Amino acid sequence: MQLVIEPGLASANYWRDLWSYRELMAFLTWRDLAVRYKQTAIGIAWAILRPALTMMVFVLFRRLVGIERGAVPDVLLVLAAVLPWQFFSNALSDASMSLINNTNLISKVYFPRLIVPIATVATAFVDFLITLALLAVIMAWIGFGPSWTLIALPLYAALAVGLSTGLGLLLAALNVKYRDFRYVVPFIVQVGLFISPIAFASTNMPSRWRPLYSLNPLVGIIDGFRWSILGGRTPIDPNFLFTSVAITLASIVIGVWYFRRVERGFADVI
Amino acid sequence: MSLPLISVEGLGKKYRIQHQQNGARYLALRDVIAQKLAAPFRRRPGGEVPASEDFWALREVSFEVGEGDVLGIIGRNGAGKSTLLKILSRITEPTEGRAVLRGRAASLLEVGTGFHPELTGRDNIFLNGSILGMSRVEITRKFDEIVEFAGTGQFLDTPVKRYSSGMYVRLAFAVAAHLDPEILIIDEVLAVGDAEFQRKCLGKMGDVARSGRTVLFVSHHLATVENLCRTAVLLDRGRVTASGPAHDVIAAYASDPTSRRGSERLLDRVDRQGNGAVRFAAVTLRAGDGRKIDALTAGAAAIFEIAFQNTAAVAQRSLHVSIGINNALGQRVTTWSTSYVGGDLPATPAGDFVLQVRLPKVALIPGSYTYNLFATVKSDTADWLIPGGGFDVEPGDFYGSGQLPGTRDAAFISEHAFTVVS
Repeated sequence: MQLVIEPGLASANYWRDLWSYRELMAFLTWRDLAVRYKQTAIGIAWAILRPALTMMVFVLFRRLVGIERGAVPDVLLVLAAVLPWQFFSNALSDASMSLINNTNLISKVYFPRLIVPIATVATAFVDFLITLALLAVIMAWIGFGPSWTLIALPLYAALAVGLSTGLGLLLAALNVKYRDFRYVVPFIVQVGLFISPIAFASTNMPSRWRPLYSLNPLVGIIDGFRWSILGGRTPIDPNFLFTSVAITLASIVIGVWYFRRVERGFADVI
Repeated sequence: MSLPLISVEGLGKKYRIQHQQNGARYLALRDVIAQKLAAPFRRRPGGEVPASEDFWALREVSFEVGEGDVLGIIGRNGAGKSTLLKILSRITEPTEGRAVLRGRAASLLEVGTGFHPELTGRDNIFLNGSILGMSRVEITRKFDEIVEFAGTGQFLDTPVKRYSSGMYVRLAFAVAAHLDPEILIIDEVLAVGDAEFQRKCLGKMGDVARSGRTVLFVSHHLATVENLCRTAVLLDRGRVTASGPAHDVIAAYASDPTSRRGSERLLDRVDRQGNGAVRFAAVTLRAGDGRKIDALTAGAAAIFEIAFQNTAAVAQRSLHVSIGINNALGQRVTTWSTSYVGGDLPATPAGDFVLQVRLPKVALIPGSYTYNLFATVKSDTADWLIPGGGFDVEPGDFYGSGQLPGTRDAAFISEHAFTVVS
């Protein structure tokens, strides 16, 4: 085995390295989960409590504004949107802070840095799977059976993972150099909660606002989750889906490209 | 003859130093935007200080290390030792030159990297091992060996935040010591732990070297380097100034005037730390009667005089000064400090001032010494130079008997008397 170190050569075996360090990624994911649940008193229950409480707030909101109840119980309608949203917002905030939070690793050991933000997205994804189980329990309790549309769920989940990874990589890399992004991300997450179709359906949007609304890539993803979980009883707009896919792909390309470009300088500036 | 395991050719690393007025460590977006916006309106020529400046931390460094060699890398702070190790362990990229490592390399720039305080000893062995590049299978296989080496078996399921610092370090080193790479890169790890554990670590490193693997070892501790390394490289301001058998290189370092003297222009030094409230400007040696001297004499009275620059231009209260004295092997032999001899110094004058350390009887054995200078104002580090300079101590009649212990018998001279009582 021979390793050549030269300016600009770090990238030569990058993807092979990334693969050989996959165990480290698993360990980092496991570490984040273990630490989080060891530090808190009720541990893993937080993963369920947070979406459950958020869901209740939104259901209450729907009652207060007097949104008509449809064929689907409000609880499921809202929860089917809260789950992908919460996954996205957790993954994005954690990924964007991941490099800074692991400064000691980055300045002391070599490994492909992509591992760090990806591991945080994986951590958020494990939480997401737990909440999905909560959803299944509630559906069984209400007696609301899933239908064939459920097979599309992995695809929408993949979109959510892709979008949070792409944006997360970009923001994590920017955060190393410009600490301003520490404040930008919570802002994005906060605004995103209001401009995403969580308490309401995207079809409530007047049609002249739709092109603008479709610029929020989460609209297509959240609509898709609803559609897939609730057995096609909620509409999906192909335009929303199309822009979601396009923005997700673009964010992955830009995120990976920018991350790779600045990565080799991380140890010098972090 | 086989190829060397490590060949380094013309390695260089350039850093860009930002000149910042506000002392902020990170670039804020507003600064970048402001600079970009202001750029067309700024006049290039004319005395303005450039916003950034290039600094070569390492330049044209070349050396080779063969199989089973233990190479020591020495040099004073800021000489580029750490930068070199960071490049060889791929944490940062070189700006020029190349290095070839023929074998699996593992680097240990700090023991316990990635240890998480909340996790148990067992968890941390796996996490840390994985961070250092071991596979899970490998860690499982060596697990018992690691635990035994660390001697922390009964605390395996205790979170490491409850460990004593000694246990923590032992566990961390144990993981690292079982990496089994062909090339091991180590930075100052032996500066931790108790004497017994240090001996264990040294033994382990000796084993590593004897089993035909290659070790690259950076240390301030010249005695350890001399003990452990066959060959050594001396770095000074990013360049190799000596290389060869460890003993010769250490001798070159100890006698190198730039590593010791040059105290005249302390203010020019950039490798300093602290907020600069006061700065060490110059050191002068004087005999007990105030006459300037070039070297101290064992047993004679002397004055160690430090000139300060008082940048705040106001009187400094609560100033503390420490002078750490190291022998030629880099071992600390004594420290002269305001904290030991008691009380605060009286307030200084508002401008530059001079401080004298009076030594009634120099108790250092003849040889070369370096000194570190450290000053705090209101408990904040004001200035810190490692080393601030050096001096020689010449033989003198300490005991009034004409006799002095040599370096083999003593690290310092102590006053004593013998009496027959029965």
